[in-house]
Amino acid sequence: MENDLAINLARIQFAFTVSFHFLFPAFTIGIASYLAVLEGLWLKTDNGVYANLYRYWLKIFSIVFAMGVVSGIVMSYQFGTNWSVFSDKAGPVIGPLMAYEVLTAFFLEAGFLGVMLFGINKVGRKLHFVATLAVAIGTFISAFWILSVNSWMQTPVGFAINDVGQYVPAAGWWDIVWNPSFPYRLVHTVLAAYLTTAFAVGAVGAWHLLKDKTNPGARKMFSMAMWMAAIVAPTQIFMGDLHGLNTLEHQPAKVMAMEGHYESHPDGAPLILFGIPNSKEKRIDYAIEIPNASSLILKHDMNAPLAGLDTIPDEDEPPVGIVFWAFRIMVGLGFAMLGIGMWSLLARSRKKLYDWPLLHRAAVVMGPSGFIAVLAGWVTTEVGRQPFTIYGLLRTSESAAPLDAPAVAASLLAFVVVYFIVFGAGIVYIFKLAAKTPEAHEPTPDDAPIRTAGITPAAAVLEGDHEEGAAT
Amino acid sequence: MSGTELTVIWAGIIAFAVVVYVIMDGFDLGIGILFPNFKVGPDRDTAMNSIAPVWDGNETWLVLGGGGLLAAFPLAYAIILPALYAPLIAMLLGLVLRGVAFEFRWRDPAHRARWDFGFTAGSVIATFAQGVTLGALLQGITVEGRAYAGGWWEWLTPFSLLTGFALLAGYALLGCCWLIWKTEGRLQRQCYSYAGRLGILLLLAIIAVSAATPFLEEEYYTRWLAYPGVIATAQIPLATLVISVLFFRSLSKKQEAAPFFYALGLFGLSLVGLAVSMWPDVIPGRITIWEAAAPYESQMFMLIGAAIMVPVILAYTGWAYWVFRGKVGTDGYH
Ligand code: HDD
Ligand code: HEM
Ligand code: HEM
Repeated sequence: MENDLAINLARIQFAFTVSFHFLFPAFTIGIASYLAVLEGLWLKTDNGVYANLYRYWLKIFSIVFAMGVVSGIVMSYQFGTNWSVFSDKAGPVIGPLMAYEVLTAFFLEAGFLGVMLFGINKVGRKLHFVATLAVAIGTFISAFWILSVNSWMQTPVGFAINDVGQYVPAAGWWDIVWNPSFPYRLVHTVLAAYLTTAFAVGAVGAWHLLKDKTNPGARKMFSMAMWMAAIVAPTQIFMGDLHGLNTLEHQPAKVMAMEGHYESHPDGAPLILFGIPNSKEKRIDYAIEIPNASSLILKHDMNAPLAGLDTIPDEDEPPVGIVFWAFRIMVGLGFAMLGIGMWSLLARSRKKLYDWPLLHRAAVVMGPSGFIAVLAGWVTTEVGRQPFTIYGLLRTSESAAPLDAPAVAASLLAFVVVYFIVFGAGIVYIFKLAAKTPEAHEPTPDDAPIRTAGITPAAAVLEGDHEEGAAT
Repeated sequence: MSGTELTVIWAGIIAFAVVVYVIMDGFDLGIGILFPNFKVGPDRDTAMNSIAPVWDGNETWLVLGGGGLLAAFPLAYAIILPALYAPLIAMLLGLVLRGVAFEFRWRDPAHRARWDFGFTAGSVIATFAQGVTLGALLQGITVEGRAYAGGWWEWLTPFSLLTGFALLAGYALLGCCWLIWKTEGRLQRQCYSYAGRLGILLLLAIIAVSAATPFLEEEYYTRWLAYPGVIATAQIPLATLVISVLFFRSLSKKQEAAPFFYALGLFGLSLVGLAVSMWPDVIPGRITIWEAAAPYESQMFMLIGAAIMVPVILAYTGWAYWVFRGKVGTDGYH
């Protein structure tokens, strides 16, 4: 009982810290690439609007990145502090992958970040672009390795169990890294980061267009973001479908929970759009459903049989309610994003992209949608994996560290207090920066006065702000 | 290469990561510790700017140390982290506060004093917690089977508090010497005047920790003080003495870079002393590196990555330091 409490507190603590962490990478992976594109376009076209946008988003990027780093360091220690049995057992397999993440990604990002943020006037334009690219590539490599780790925990392969109960590599590292769910999870998550960023950038652009539809910076960012929405949202839905089919193959119980299928359907399963999962009675109350549609989506055959949770022993079932709802939030937002993307195409064809306030208002409302969708996606994934940490093999209840509940409760409380204060402030600062109008005359990185030569974030940024003031 | 040797190499790599972390983030944290003593305005801005472009890279060595331990010695990671739960969580939270302060203080001039305070509080907490962690590891951890078996206050002893204070003095000295090297004018003069006092404080702390260590465990006593080993181990305090003399001389001659490197030397010797006490255990007196080692395939796979990447990392990190070489001013590197 006492032990149960400690484990549940540890789960809450992990979920809390990792959710906060992931919000930042979801944004940095996207903005880093966006900045690389902006700087590349600027180098190619010499069009000042790209340089201005680069400087505009660089300030926001530096805040998000710092929060991503500090919350990430917490994660790399959480495995040991709270899930020590899991660490001992899975360390030989997942440890090397995480070590590769440090060696190939974290150092790359951190090493070039200083030059990217403060070195604008210390190295040439080209070398500075290299630094931006290195940071962007670093964020991608980071996602690669950590998602490989996570995917291995979802679909473990290529291991043996040694005489002290550790999972050890047995079939070569290629198989472990490219475990069955990894390619899907990698593509889906990176696209998610791009969508998250596209909608955040789009919302900022739309907000400024509502105030001044002639602002060139706002027009450019809105247009770029809407291209991303129109192209990436449908791709993401397609990839999500493939991801789901893969999950059906390897983690059928998770899909049953996502679909709300308590019962097996021997001749065609309905698609439950909405309803209230009733875990006591093991049924969905007030279900609104489309007959046979679930079989059509999952098996590409209206009448194909689909097994339900009645085929899974109770002690191996994930919590249905959370998974069911989280999945619907993600999918719902995916289709809303698609809607905005299509609307923007219509607006473009009518030459009203910068002149359709309703579209801009909708884009502002959708600003946070990516963040909500990625969290919902992770809740689906992780809660759907329960009650296991290594799917089908190691139970969460057998993974935890030998800690007393009061110790975990105290640390959880400390995390909650510090994170809300610190990251809350950071988010306020991001909003403040985004509320400032992108100016046509933000100094390009190289034109900035030498005296403020980029070393001091304050000097460089404040100086830029003065110029903005002067320009208005 | 045999598995036994491979494990030794990995112990070396992790020790290397820890050493690099301690000296690199040591001066960052040291600047945080000294921060309240610097005048609000240009002095504080300069002190901050001297590390703003590099702190993230410095901190990454801590991730390599932790991640490397998980990968190469999973059993050690699984025992040490729960055993040192409270200080480690405190360290992580301290690093959160310290890390965001670099950005936030510029973003919010109205509350700059608060983020400056957070910068110092975070640095002090993280440093003290790291020192406590080290002391608690040295004094021993209760292990049963493959798990930690002590309570959640076991780490708290006079010895671990002593190592906590010792590290505060040490990091403050590193930060102070870094600023002597990287700044000029009033801030530099102020740091010269602190460096001597901090040097004495660190030496006292080193003496206290060294005097206490042999009495923590029978094993340490024989390692350090029994004949004939003592002939070798006595070289460490001797070298410490020599470097201390050189350090104080460089201060009185107002040399700029030398004090920093002598301070690094003092740190290096303390870490060698630590290795003498621990080798070849990861958890002193309980678990050797070979008992905690991950299988050959895991260590070998990583060794390939480390052999290629560590030199590359050192190269581009060196380049980043080169880009920001020279004195920092409030209005830029010259
Ligand atoms: C902007 C974010 C976003 C959007 C719009 C969507 N997803 Fe998603 N989804 C994610 C962001 C995400 C994620 C955060 O990236 C997850 C969590 C773990 C993972 O692999 O990706 C995820 C997981 C995830 C899973 C769980 C896979 C598993 O754990 O085995 C499925 C089945 C889908 N998604 C399917 C979809 C479908 C059918 C969508 C379309 C409507 C969709 N997702 C939109
Ligand atoms: C890709 C890197 C990730 C890895 C390796 C990982 C691994 C883990 C581990 C070890 C646990 C603890 C054991 C358990 O309860 O299952 C866990 C739980 C959890 N994780 Fe993840 N995780 C990752 C990413 C994420 C992200 C980005 C989120 C959310 C945004 C997330 C959400 C959760 C939640 C909600 C739980 C708690 C589940 C429960 O209590 O039932 N995870 N994950
Ligand atoms: C439990 C799982 C996770 C752990 C242990 C972890 C660990 C870390 C650590 C230690 C850092 C700081 C690196 C530095 O010092 O520079 C970091 C940053 C980062 N992480 Fe995570 N991470 C996890 C989940 C994820 C996921 C799921 C993603 C993306 C798919 C991700 C992407 C990143 C990126 C891009 C950064 C760079 C900083 C930033 O973008 O803000 N991480 N992570």
